[in-house]
Amino acid sequence: MAVDRPSGDEKQAPRVQFEHVTKHYPGPDGRPVAAVDDVSLEMAPGQITVLVGSSGSGKTTLLRCVNRMVTPTSGRVLIDGEDVAGLDAVQLRRTIGYVMQESGLLPHRRVVDNIATVPRLNGLPRRDAHDRALALMDMVGLARSLATRYPRELSGGQRQRVGVARALAASPKLLLMDEPFGAVDPIVRADLQLELRTMQAELACTIIFVTHDISEALILGDHVVILAEAGRIAQQGSGTDLVAHPADDFVASFLGVDTERELHVREVDGVELVVDAAGRPIGRLGGASPAKEAAR
Amino acid sequence: MNWLANNQQTIWAALWAHLALSLPPIVASFLISLPLGWAAHRHRWLRFPVVTGSSLMYAIPSLPLLIVLPLIIGTTVRSSVNVVVALTLYGIALMVRSVADSLDAVPRDAVTSATAMGYSPVRRFLAVELPLAGPGLLAGLRVVAVSTTALVTVSAVLGVHNLGVLFTDGFQRGIIAEVVTGIVGTVALALVVDRTLVAIGWVSMPWLRVGATKSDTGGAA
Repeated sequence: MAVDRPSGDEKQAPRVQFEHVTKHYPGPDGRPVAAVDDVSLEMAPGQITVLVGSSGSGKTTLLRCVNRMVTPTSGRVLIDGEDVAGLDAVQLRRTIGYVMQESGLLPHRRVVDNIATVPRLNGLPRRDAHDRALALMDMVGLARSLATRYPRELSGGQRQRVGVARALAASPKLLLMDEPFGAVDPIVRADLQLELRTMQAELACTIIFVTHDISEALILGDHVVILAEAGRIAQQGSGTDLVAHPADDFVASFLGVDTERELHVREVDGVELVVDAAGRPIGRLGGASPAKEAAR
Repeated sequence: MNWLANNQQTIWAALWAHLALSLPPIVASFLISLPLGWAAHRHRWLRFPVVTGSSLMYAIPSLPLLIVLPLIIGTTVRSSVNVVVALTLYGIALMVRSVADSLDAVPRDAVTSATAMGYSPVRRFLAVELPLAGPGLLAGLRVVAVSTTALVTVSAVLGVHNLGVLFTDGFQRGIIAEVVTGIVGTVALALVVDRTLVAIGWVSMPWLRVGATKSDTGGAA
């Protein structure tokens, strides 16, 4: 992916902290129900932190506390030590990139105008904003010929790329991603994940990424936080740590490393296959290239 | 058809008078319905009183309204202001529900992402919610336009000049051609106003004209 480093002020990637964040919503019987209960968490600058959990784990609620789409019932969210509650919500959101599932593109705006949204909100002249949008299209791997299309004329994968470009348009140092690749097919998703890693390394921004897909969490996360119900942190650490030392049965089951799903290596015709507990093939070990097989 | 040839000036004058009585209520009812419909869309508890309350105004018989209204707003019965105000009320009765429903139908994703990008509530309403509610608003406005154009004729009974005068006069004097001209003229005018609104929609909502979604599988082109 060609990288056109965004111009603008070179701010440092921020550190994000949750301090005892609790969010109550009115429940069906009128009594408050905790979507998130007393969560304290730290997201290191310049890293991808993945919040992974099933529905009901409060992961989206936590994400939206950062850009004040959700106001915590109690507790604080700090960006570089500054409580977001004290910042102007509208201005704050313009400094934080946001990508959501199904892209959330504005259906009545052309691709180029969608990407240029935040720069235009910030008062950048239309021509400059469009130039910037076109450069971002190059960066996320979208042909410039798509610039004048409307979102409904794009494929799901293309829409997500536009969503990512739009989130990056104002050169944010903090990016919130809410299951951004959940609705695209597996092959396109794998491409997008790989490109996101490359891009993150180049842009050096802090990314908070929400997903329910543990394999996505392991691929993307520098730091992976496994959430149980209501934001309870079941375990956090690097993907390697989690897979090597799951803290409990819940985590092991979530990671798919419990005993029923243990993987084994089996050799078949000189190829080392990785198989699951029932002997079904999952993949194969490296080093067994088709060329080598042909030579045998 | 002699009558038609001999009275062209009368017909054109009636047509222009009719248009001058129709357009202000169409525009005014749209503008007044926007905040009312928005309030009904935004606040659940306001929906029933606002939507039902305004819709009920349509049940007021038009002739009595035209006679009673001057007592309230202090105009004469034959004043065009009286007619415009009455027809605006009918327009609001039809339009408020359309506005509320159209705003309800705006995709939530688009509103959420607009908020997340840093639109202020007012700007988000004008730049995102209102255009995306466009198709529903246009449909409502077309009903208001046709209804208003037809209702203007009622005021002819009170002596307000418009195409309706051609029926009342033609009926009294037994001139069939005049009655038919009044009816055809009113229908034609309603059609022209309706087509104009459709054209405005076509120009202002270009995103509705593009082809359907292409394959949902491809990545970058």
